[in-house]
Amino acid sequence: MTKILVDGTEVDVPADYTLLQACEIAGAEIPRFCFHERLSIAGNCRMCLVELKGAPKPVASCAYAVKDCRPGPNGEPPEVLTRSGLTKKAREGVMEFLLINHPLDCPICDQGGHCDLQDQAMAYGVDSTRYQENKRAVEEKHIGPLVRTAMNRCIHCTRCVRFLAEVAGVPDLGAIGRGEDMEITSYLEQSMASEHQGNVADLCPVGALVHKPQSYNVRPWELSKTESVDVMDAVGSAIRVDTRGREVMQIEPRVNEDINEEWISDKTRHVVDGLRMQRLDRPYLRENGRLRPASWGEAFQAIAAKVKGADPKRIGAIVGDLAAVEETFALRELIKSLGSANLDCRQTGAGLDPSLGRASYLFNPTIPGIEAADAILIVGANPRTEASMLNVRIRKRWRMAPLSVGVIGEAIDLTYPSHNLGAGAESLAALARGEHSFLETLKAAQAPLVIVGADVAPGVLAAAAKLAQEIGAVADGRPGFGVLHHAAGQVGALDLGFVPGEGGLTFAQMIAAGGVDVLFNLGADECDIAPGAFVIYQGTHGDRGASRADVILPGAAYTEKNATYVNLEGRVQAANRAGFPPGDAREDWAILRALSDVLGKRLPFDSLIALRKALYAAHPHFAGVDTVEAGDVAGAVAALAQRGGETGTGAFVSPVGDFYLTNPIARASRVLAECSRLARERAAEPQPLAAAE
Amino acid sequence: MANRRLAPASEQPQDFAFTPENAEWAKHQIAKYPEGRQASAVIPLLWKAQEQHGGWLPQKAIEAVAAELGMPKIRVLEVATFYTMFALEPVGRFWIQLCGTVPCDSCGARELKGMLEKRLGPPGHVSADGNFSWLEVECLGACCNAPMVQINQDYYEDLTPESLSQLMDDLAAGRPVKVGSQTGRTSSEPQGGATTLTDETLFDGSRVGAWRKRFEQAKEAEAADAPKGDAPKGDAPKAPVAKTGEAESATQQAATAPRPAKPDAGRPVERKASDAPAQRAADGEEPVKPEDRADAAERGQSIAKHGSARPGDADALDSPAKRIAEGEPAAGEEGRQELPGRDIPPPPPEASGASEAVEEKLASDDEKK
Repeated sequence: MTKILVDGTEVDVPADYTLLQACEIAGAEIPRFCFHERLSIAGNCRMCLVELKGAPKPVASCAYAVKDCRPGPNGEPPEVLTRSGLTKKAREGVMEFLLINHPLDCPICDQGGHCDLQDQAMAYGVDSTRYQENKRAVEEKHIGPLVRTAMNRCIHCTRCVRFLAEVAGVPDLGAIGRGEDMEITSYLEQSMASEHQGNVADLCPVGALVHKPQSYNVRPWELSKTESVDVMDAVGSAIRVDTRGREVMQIEPRVNEDINEEWISDKTRHVVDGLRMQRLDRPYLRENGRLRPASWGEAFQAIAAKVKGADPKRIGAIVGDLAAVEETFALRELIKSLGSANLDCRQTGAGLDPSLGRASYLFNPTIPGIEAADAILIVGANPRTEASMLNVRIRKRWRMAPLSVGVIGEAIDLTYPSHNLGAGAESLAALARGEHSFLETLKAAQAPLVIVGADVAPGVLAAAAKLAQEIGAVADGRPGFGVLHHAAGQVGALDLGFVPGEGGLTFAQMIAAGGVDVLFNLGADECDIAPGAFVIYQGTHGDRGASRADVILPGAAYTEKNATYVNLEGRVQAANRAGFPPGDAREDWAILRALSDVLGKRLPFDSLIALRKALYAAHPHFAGVDTVEAGDVAGAVAALAQRGGETGTGAFVSPVGDFYLTNPIARASRVLAECSRLARERAAEPQPLAAAE
Repeated sequence: MANRRLAPASEQPQDFAFTPENAEWAKHQIAKYPEGRQASAVIPLLWKAQEQHGGWLPQKAIEAVAAELGMPKIRVLEVATFYTMFALEPVGRFWIQLCGTVPCDSCGARELKGMLEKRLGPPGHVSADGNFSWLEVECLGACCNAPMVQINQDYYEDLTPESLSQLMDDLAAGRPVKVGSQTGRTSSEPQGGATTLTDETLFDGSRVGAWRKRFEQAKEAEAADAPKGDAPKGDAPKAPVAKTGEAESATQQAATAPRPAKPDAGRPVERKASDAPAQRAADGEEPVKPEDRADAAERGQSIAKHGSARPGDADALDSPAKRIAEGEPAAGEEGRQELPGRDIPPPPPEASGASEAVEEKLASDDEKK
């Protein structure tokens, strides 16, 4: 630790801190454009100049280490002045230079109101201009469907370039030309290929890169902001849902160091228009083969008529990817009270079994824990599409110090180097037998990590658990075994034990022809239900599930309800209501509560609070919001390894073929459809995998 | 230098590949850099590609270099657009890069530019006969012979619009031309020949190298002494030769403790600064010596005025600090005059080539001392 004086305040900071960090610790605000905590230091905007006593001129505090400061003449700590006249003058000068070529178009700029340049010009600039010459004009660039450019406004901080090269690992942007003529662009104005490209518009400190889909649509001060969590994948990124009136206008990332740091994927961000389109806003009833709008009463009566006439053993319930804990709990209680054990939440991934312990289906190492791993084996999963923020974390780990990553499954570009060890279960068995040198790497590693896709066959799951045991990934309390889920509702439903009870039917059996007579489908859209059963679909969008339904009950999307989700680590998170569901749609637990009344099996809760009280009584860990309850990893993995089961043949196939279109909300979005089209086009013309660095 | 873009699609070739010789050459360039650092070879490869492709870089060449080095294409494009030496559009048989930076500009580059504009049109266009194209670039590093142009690989200096025009005519006609200065000066000597180091004795060995000559004489003398027995006894004693033993001792030391002149020249080794506060702190000493503290205690004032002789300083040392302590002007202040009042016109500047004035000044300074 090194002592340093900041404006007369002495602080003790690690020697490798920069002056900017030291100043922040001392509570002094340093303006900056190019510096960003999570990107490399560029030092090219010069806005962070401060006076360092003894230095001949102001220094860029973002690029000057505390350890490089000279002590004072009597050995006093070095002194930084952030409020001195010299500092003020330096900032004013830099600001004046930045504004020389910056257009004064704030009134028509989408960044207006949350613009770093605007704010800092107010705080650190001068009030008039001395510049009479013409300003520089730069052609607009096409860099993709999600980011609109206004390159006149660019101040060349290169944050976007560094983000794509460092964090996203798809270095598409660059700065061509030099000096005054420097321009940010992609190669020949091709679309960016990263699935995190939206973040470059967040990073842009000016209005040069703005989000294209909500262009000219929103002003930050007219939005109400609700903190929530994302359900596009099982990672559960922290988001802020911005609404105007009852309409969701945009989704922005929120800082959560444990999950998404401060990035979100494009799917999370640009699903917004999907929340408006294809919505189910009233109940529907199938009559003579056609769905017709109906009232809630009619719909409930139709259901009651069917349920009352059905054998309880022939009633089943399935839940889909986006169901929250509350409605899953309500549905479980309802179906159990009807006397049926036919419950299943595993649209895919039949190998997961909550009875083996929670650690058998969680991503035990947790996302921050990835940074401690020193060798990773990925079996039957593609983290880049199934859990893209988790993949960013693995890349972050790889950037800290390269580590060996082995993949058994499809040949994929994970944005960091990886060894493909084979395609399917055979290769996993061969690796376990030691027929590949990667086993030595895993055994030699201090903290190896085995990541298994949630959808692999039961035998593969068991084999992977066995391998994890053998390489010591779960020995000595290490949590080196993780299941990679891709559906937001899955872990919560497994926590609730939403799996077949004694003699109950599994998911596949229920949706098969002749499986059940009445099937309650809570938002399961990724499956085909065979004809025959009377299907009650409760969901938000007119997607595959709704088109196969006999009764449609319109529910609330994740931005329209207070709900609990559990992410793949087992972290319990709260989603908050940012708006109201459209039309007659209602919150899902309330629909089930009302239906239970009609079915004569009234559920014992009349409010969300009462429901949660019952939920917490039955499953106390749901009360621990934002925490991960530690489980017995070694025991659960041992139990999992004991399980046999068929391993299947052939190559593993990732359940997420198209990153952009994984759920009904995303499929309703035009923006994501465009992204998906571009991604398919890119895939059609294979390019050599460029080295990321 | 306006926006640098790739040539339009109509000009672009369908593909690009290095010739076998150039591919071999490229391999050698890449091999110069350690594994994982192949991207360092991007400039040589781009240069070779440009050379191979008639003096300009097509899109396919940029992509070929990117593939060769495993770089994203945008990274190669960044390099190719940064340097004006890479032409992104077709150039004439003679590509004229006109330096327009300050020294050339003040020596008449603007006239050259006007001439080129008049003769060839705006920059970046190939003349109708395909012979010429031109571009204004930043400093090419021949400021002493400004103004200058680079035509293909060669520099042509000390130009006037007429001489440049003549030069272009000669080039177009295939007549031999003179590379370098067009006014006949040798490399970067002053106009009209050298004005310093003109003393003949500097080069005839009578002054420079005289010291070494003494050793050579001593060696000769030793060689002459060697057959001692044969030497006639009555010979007059030879002139004494200074024998310091310096050469011998250096040779001996070289054997036991080899010390090249710059042991790690050019290598990135961390070398401890001999006496830096950080190092002292690392060695467990006080970072700042007490005597230095006193020296730098008051930072608001000029160090020169404030400093005093350290206790360890030799008295004989004529340091500014000592002189100040004794009430004399410190070095640098000696010749300074009191500022005259505003109403008095300043004296004419001395350094206007009047060497007598300078000599007088030096003489008067000596007297003052």
